[in-house]
Amino acid sequence: MRNSLHFHDFDWVLFGLALTIAGVGLVEIYSTTTQTALAGQFKKQIYWILLGCALTFIVSQMDYHMFLVHIPWLYVLSVLALVAVLLIGPRVAGTHRWLQLGGFTLQVSELVKLVIILAVAATFTKRRNRAFTWGELAKLGLLAGVPGILVAIEPDLGTALTFLPIVAAGAFLAGIRRRQIMVLGLVGLLALPAGWFVLRPYQRQRLEAFIHPGKNTQGSSYQVTQTKIAIGSGGLWGRGLGKGTQSQLGFIPVSHADAIFAAFAEERGFIGTLAVFLVYVILLLRLLEGAKTATDQAGSFLLIGFASVLFFQVAVNVGMMIGLFPITGIPLPLMSEGGSSMLFIFLGLGLVMSVKMQRFVN
Amino acid sequence: MQVRFPEDERFPSWKITFLEYCVAAVFIGLLVGYWRLQIQQHTRLLEQAEHNRIRDLPIIAPRGRILDRYGRVLVDNFPSFTILLNRDNAQQLSNAHLEKIASALELDPADVRDMIKRAANLPRYQPVVLKQAASLKDVAFLDAHKSEFPEIDIIQSQQRFYPKHGIGAAVLGYVGEVSQADLSKPGSNYRPGDLIGKFGIEKEYNSVLRGRDGMKRVVVNSRGQEVGTLGTVNALPGHDLRLTLDLNLQLTAEAALGDRPGAVVALDPRTGQVLAMVSHPTFDPNDFTHHISLKQWRELTTNPLHPLMNKAIQAQLAPGSIFKIITGTAALETGTITPDFTVHCDGEVKIYGHTFHGWTYWEHLPGHGAVDLHRGIVHSCDIYFYTLGKMLGIRKIDYFADHLGLGHRTGIDLPDEDSGLIPSPAWVRKVFHRQWWPGETISVAIGQGAVQVTPLQVAYAIGGIASGGTFVRPHLAFTQELENLGADPPADPITHFPLHAATVQAVTSGMWGVVNEPGGTGAGARCRGLDVAGKTGTAQVVSTALHNSSHKAIYRNNAWFVGYSPSPNPDIVVSVLVMQGQHSSVAAPIAGDVIKAYYQEKGTKQTPAQLLSQVTTKTKPAATVPDP
Repeated sequence: MRNSLHFHDFDWVLFGLALTIAGVGLVEIYSTTTQTALAGQFKKQIYWILLGCALTFIVSQMDYHMFLVHIPWLYVLSVLALVAVLLIGPRVAGTHRWLQLGGFTLQVSELVKLVIILAVAATFTKRRNRAFTWGELAKLGLLAGVPGILVAIEPDLGTALTFLPIVAAGAFLAGIRRRQIMVLGLVGLLALPAGWFVLRPYQRQRLEAFIHPGKNTQGSSYQVTQTKIAIGSGGLWGRGLGKGTQSQLGFIPVSHADAIFAAFAEERGFIGTLAVFLVYVILLLRLLEGAKTATDQAGSFLLIGFASVLFFQVAVNVGMMIGLFPITGIPLPLMSEGGSSMLFIFLGLGLVMSVKMQRFVN
Repeated sequence: MQVRFPEDERFPSWKITFLEYCVAAVFIGLLVGYWRLQIQQHTRLLEQAEHNRIRDLPIIAPRGRILDRYGRVLVDNFPSFTILLNRDNAQQLSNAHLEKIASALELDPADVRDMIKRAANLPRYQPVVLKQAASLKDVAFLDAHKSEFPEIDIIQSQQRFYPKHGIGAAVLGYVGEVSQADLSKPGSNYRPGDLIGKFGIEKEYNSVLRGRDGMKRVVVNSRGQEVGTLGTVNALPGHDLRLTLDLNLQLTAEAALGDRPGAVVALDPRTGQVLAMVSHPTFDPNDFTHHISLKQWRELTTNPLHPLMNKAIQAQLAPGSIFKIITGTAALETGTITPDFTVHCDGEVKIYGHTFHGWTYWEHLPGHGAVDLHRGIVHSCDIYFYTLGKMLGIRKIDYFADHLGLGHRTGIDLPDEDSGLIPSPAWVRKVFHRQWWPGETISVAIGQGAVQVTPLQVAYAIGGIASGGTFVRPHLAFTQELENLGADPPADPITHFPLHAATVQAVTSGMWGVVNEPGGTGAGARCRGLDVAGKTGTAQVVSTALHNSSHKAIYRNNAWFVGYSPSPNPDIVVSVLVMQGQHSSVAAPIAGDVIKAYYQEKGTKQTPAQLLSQVTTKTKPAATVPDP
């Protein structure tokens, strides 16, 4: 295949869009943390972004087929890592979500997303355009289900949910049939009451708060009430960087992480919201357009799977800020503070670049 | 392992295009959601954001102190804490949370809910007072749990501090939480939980004593901690109010009355200044500053001796023989008799076909024999005044009683003064729908029957008569000082009803005899070296038959004494009521004590300024101290 590093086929536009959002996020992290005990997060985030860029370049130079070949081992390794998180991960606020690796902590579930994308992509290497069987459906379900359940036990329902769009996109592209959708829907409906009992008390409260937002504004609905006030108070032009009273005075919890978009919308207004939405949409559409010209179905799915996770996270995160979804721990890709999330996105971008460059090589 | 990657097979491009449309559609939906909040609801949400961070904390204006005539502090303030509840960012405080607050502050959750309910129609930015005079324990607890109760604020305030043992309580009154009725008055600038004068001087001069609260606008963070101040409006402290009361005389009178139910009023008839005013049993006004407990309240309101009443102005009772001074004055002024007019007393007299007995009859004593006006007053001869009553008739008695200060309010600057009652044919017709019985006139002539007076009226009337018919409206606040404070002083304080010098001479010499002549009924008020004069009164509360057959305390006679010095043209007049005192001899020494104390203080020959310098208070002397 290729012997030398070459970047003239590298999708600089896509990369630039991603960096733009990351930059906007950085500024907002700076604004919300600089006066607080978390002032160091800003610098850390820069290091993660720089590390991410490097990884994107490195992965883009590798043939993605190599990952697909080794996916069984990667997958088993991932599941073992998730088990390890549950067994030896440090307990933080009642949850086990991280692995201690040297000086920093790694949220394994973020990287597992990438493995699941690869695993589902790998299923497309063997199937011609034949009909989508029940067996294939079950296999897809297992691929996402096993790590999904492990992550949900941590508990981190939000991240576990991000595996869903990958499988959904896979089933859709493989040609899921109407009857299969109906059966799945029925099973899901029947499982709903059981699911209620599986939820932890705080998760139930969040769900209740979502269904009755006005009921308990000091308790479980507090977050949504406050993020809505923050977003609405931004108006058209925003209250100005560092001048958002809701985010600066601590009325929005975790305004540098999951709730960063509320802080951003408060300080940058509707204009800012519109601009960031545009960049996200262009980025997602560019990924999907790229999928149309990929050399094979597996490569095409890498782009679509990656795009589906990003889309799901952005839509749910931004939607829950205005009460369209219940509050779950889903970070906003590229903007929220968090190293593991950044690693996932930049590694994913590397894979995407690898797919995009391949079509010109062959 | 050889893996094939089929390159010729791609996903149908419509499927990807479909996904692209999905993405676009969802983002348009999200954008609409953000548009609604950021553009359509911007104003409302911005206001909410401001309410989140801006908190208006009242700065409670200290209430003015109440001082005695020499500037000695009667009612003071001491710094305390008030706990406020903010309702801004708590659109609905959950019941569970309220219960947590209530248990933390040791309040009744139902009370707390009630307080919030009462404030429901007030602007949200106005905090609700949860607890006045919070303990240090409360404050320490809230400080440590600030993040759990972000809606609670603690502010500095002043708590009212009254003299111990209820000294002067009936005059000074008390403050309490403003009532719903006061809150809903148009133009009321009170907030729920504010303190307002409820009784006595505190109520009468509330507007003088009350200052204007200030306000501090602060920025708070989500944990309720202040992170900055936006602006401050300073509080305007209330004015100190100097009263005409003399603390020394007040204490003397309180001690002299002791724990007997009744009242004492000391008045300077030349100026109308009230020097002392006592009503027993009384209450501790300090109890009212916090929430008074239901138990305490019940005890106060169900006590048959009415501790919450200022008996000096609200006890309306028959004056008994004191009224003989009115009857005597009326008889002389109308020319019905001369002082030499003599009646023979053998203990009873038959008038209008009915036999009227004198008090000697009931005491199984012989009659007074030949009685002129002087002896009539000195020995309080009922037969003499029955005869005068018959000669005068009810209309003349009424006319003089009214013009000598009875039967209507004196106009003292205290709330809820009662008017007393002088019965008349018109009154009987109106109330009982019947004719006046001539025999009633005979009872009225000796201050029995339906005659009702207050202790203050007695001092006012007798002081006025002894001063030759000059009646000065009794008052507790210095008129000039009220004017300086911008309050409206009452108009026209002096009523002239000139009496003939001979009348005044005859009546006052009689009253001098009451105290100083052998056989006088008021010997207990005698003071060495002082010209004390006065008149006793023993008033039945029930019929003579019931009184004699029962020993219940409430059936006992009320004992009266009114004394003054010197005679005539007194400097001081003291009226004493001892309820259930049975005999007037118990009342006379009380008046004597007060008069003695008054001259002792005067006899020290100290100027008020010198007196002041002995008084250890922080107060600065009032600008002008009139000669007492």
